[in-house]
Amino acid sequence: MLRNLSLAVKTPLRISMLVVITAVLVTAALVARERDELRRDLIGHSETVARVLTRTLIEPMLHDDAWRAFEIINTPFQATPLGATSQAADIVMVLDTKHLIYVSTRPPDYPMLSEPARIDPEYATVQQAVADLRTAEPKAMLSLHSDKLYMVAPIVADGVRLGTLVMGYSGSIFVQRFLGLLLRAGLATGVVLAVLLPVGWYFGRRIAQPLVDLAAAMGKVGPHLPQGLEYVPSYKGRDEIGQLGLEFQRMLGELRDKEALEKQMIASDRLAAIGRLTAGIAHEINNPLGGMLNAISTFKRHGTPDPITARTLSLVERGLLQIKETVGALLVEARVESHPLTRQDIEDTHTLVLPDAQAKDAQFVWDNAIAGALPLPSTLTRQIMINLLLNALQAIERGGRVQCRTTIEHETLQIEVSNDGNHIPSEKLHYLFEPFSQLSHDGHGLGLWVTYQIVQQLGGGIEVRSDPRATSFTVLLPLKKEHEPIACTDAVPG
Amino acid sequence: METSSRRSLLAAALFASCLRQVHAEQPAAALRIGLTPVFLDDQVAFLNSWRSYLERRLRQPLVFVQRGSYREVVNLLNQGQLDCAWLCGYPYVRHRERMRLLAVPLYRGKPLYQSYLIVPATDTTTRSILDLRGKVFAYSDPDSNSGFLFTQHSLRRLNEMPAAFFGKSFFTWAHRKVVDAVAVGLANGGAIDGYVWDTLALSHPGLTGRTRIVERSPEFGFPPFVARGSLASTQFTAVQSALMQMRDDPEGAGLLQRLNLDGFAAGSPALFDGVAEMFRTSGAN
Repeated sequence: MLRNLSLAVKTPLRISMLVVITAVLVTAALVARERDELRRDLIGHSETVARVLTRTLIEPMLHDDAWRAFEIINTPFQATPLGATSQAADIVMVLDTKHLIYVSTRPPDYPMLSEPARIDPEYATVQQAVADLRTAEPKAMLSLHSDKLYMVAPIVADGVRLGTLVMGYSGSIFVQRFLGLLLRAGLATGVVLAVLLPVGWYFGRRIAQPLVDLAAAMGKVGPHLPQGLEYVPSYKGRDEIGQLGLEFQRMLGELRDKEALEKQMIASDRLAAIGRLTAGIAHEINNPLGGMLNAISTFKRHGTPDPITARTLSLVERGLLQIKETVGALLVEARVESHPLTRQDIEDTHTLVLPDAQAKDAQFVWDNAIAGALPLPSTLTRQIMINLLLNALQAIERGGRVQCRTTIEHETLQIEVSNDGNHIPSEKLHYLFEPFSQLSHDGHGLGLWVTYQIVQQLGGGIEVRSDPRATSFTVLLPLKKEHEPIACTDAVPG
Repeated sequence: METSSRRSLLAAALFASCLRQVHAEQPAAALRIGLTPVFLDDQVAFLNSWRSYLERRLRQPLVFVQRGSYREVVNLLNQGQLDCAWLCGYPYVRHRERMRLLAVPLYRGKPLYQSYLIVPATDTTTRSILDLRGKVFAYSDPDSNSGFLFTQHSLRRLNEMPAAFFGKSFFTWAHRKVVDAVAVGLANGGAIDGYVWDTLALSHPGLTGRTRIVERSPEFGFPPFVARGSLASTQFTAVQSALMQMRDDPEGAGLLQRLNLDGFAAGSPALFDGVAEMFRTSGAN
């Protein structure tokens, strides 16, 4: 489950976990050290008190002054203010040489002359330690039965043992101090965590965010690039993540180019297929059509038809001629013998179209930058220009504007015909160059089809841009010779 | 570390007080009065007020001398290092021939007081001293009548050997500390000056409340002020009248009130015959 969490959560989570583990470990180490110190401190303090007390107790013990002894063992209690008894012994008692209680700080529980082990069995071990004590030094011992700490110190005068001082420290004192320490350490850790966790979370998010963005952008890429998918990496670093972002951006660009190319290829494939089909049909129709027209012509010349037959034949002949015209239009013949294109050929086009422009009061802008002869078939080029210009003049309102520019750029003849007439809706742009396109209102709707076929055969390209202000057709025809055969093989056969 | 520094501080304070005493001896006329814990002698501020009051009345400097036990004060008085002392009746009857009775405090209108036998308040069964056999017992001072002699005497009259009767006995060297020892349960019983217990009951009811009075002794002469036998009679009379007139002026009366006393009377040595009798029969120590 954790494996499927988003990096945006997982990374900060891991950093936070690391922070928590570090904080806990450091705190635990410190607390462990403090705990040892605390114990040492307690024992050290207790030893000091024991040393002072045993020395002070010598005189009262020698004089058998129980009250003085009682006052002395009570001083550590009285010297410590109430509530701050953290280092005060739980109980202090003085045992005589028979190990009976001489005095204790808690007389009601541990009265004089009593045997401590009889009151609390725990003292049996203490009593044993008292008996075993051979040195004059205080000795700390931990109770076997509880968490109490005992400090046993002999009271010795001139090498003679007068008695023994026993100080008992309740384990709860140690536990209390330890808990206090733990609480303080816990609070400090809490404060550190309160600072570090948000910082860790923030940095975790920062590390993960570019990857998350990248993954989100990648997720949108399906079999087709969605419209308007853009990826600009927000992360500017040049590390692996940054490189990944840049790579993805580049890949997206390539995908987009590829997609556009594919679309274009599909469109031109379709147009080529349509071209082959129409050419095939036209060819098949042309042969019997020629035969039929020949037969009618022969019959009219040599036969003597009656008026009804003559009228019928004439009707059939006109129909057949119309079919021939249509079929002829469909068959774009690129191998027409013609001379290279000159500036005059282009100017002739202007002259040819001018009457139509005048008929519509069109503002006709002409810009011809061609000077010498170009290695392009003049007839076909002129046909392209006439088709585009007539279409443009047809598209404009009365008094509209039509512009034609011919230039040479990068070994390419560029013919740009634009108008400010009704613009072509984008959904129709895809079918613009298909035969019998719905775009043309009159005419047979083959103008752009023929134009496209010719441009294809000349190895060039045609581009349409249309928006509400202007529609422009740009034809690019390469001047290099080697394009021609390729274009021709791919074009209309026969 | 702390303890040793405290000890050195104590030593320094002792040394300083010695110096002051040496210094005080230079003007010849300083009157030296010894005090014993027959009353609550640990009230330093009160003692300062009383001293300054008596100095003004006597028109001479006065020094209160306090010691850890009755015996030290008695010795100082016998050696002539003190002019007067507030002693217990017991040392007075023992050294009667070398001392003069100066004044006897009046407690509840009479120059008399009692000894109390007290036990911890938690002990509800003890009815007499006989119930304390084998127990731990706190005396105040071996030279105290109420805090030692009377108890010894009582035990002898009951045909008990005082030295063997208790499991353990000890001295606290002050009546007040007998109350402490019994209150905390260190001792199962204690002998105390009844006047001290009553006075403590007024100022520290919480402390005396933790003890219970089991027996009250017959009345004895109140611990008296005595003068060394060699004290000049003018001086003797001056101190005596200063003490006896305390009840007559407001400041003296106020001091008496803090002492929980009604005044001082000249007193007669016969007041202490009871104590002397006990001393004789018990053959003390």
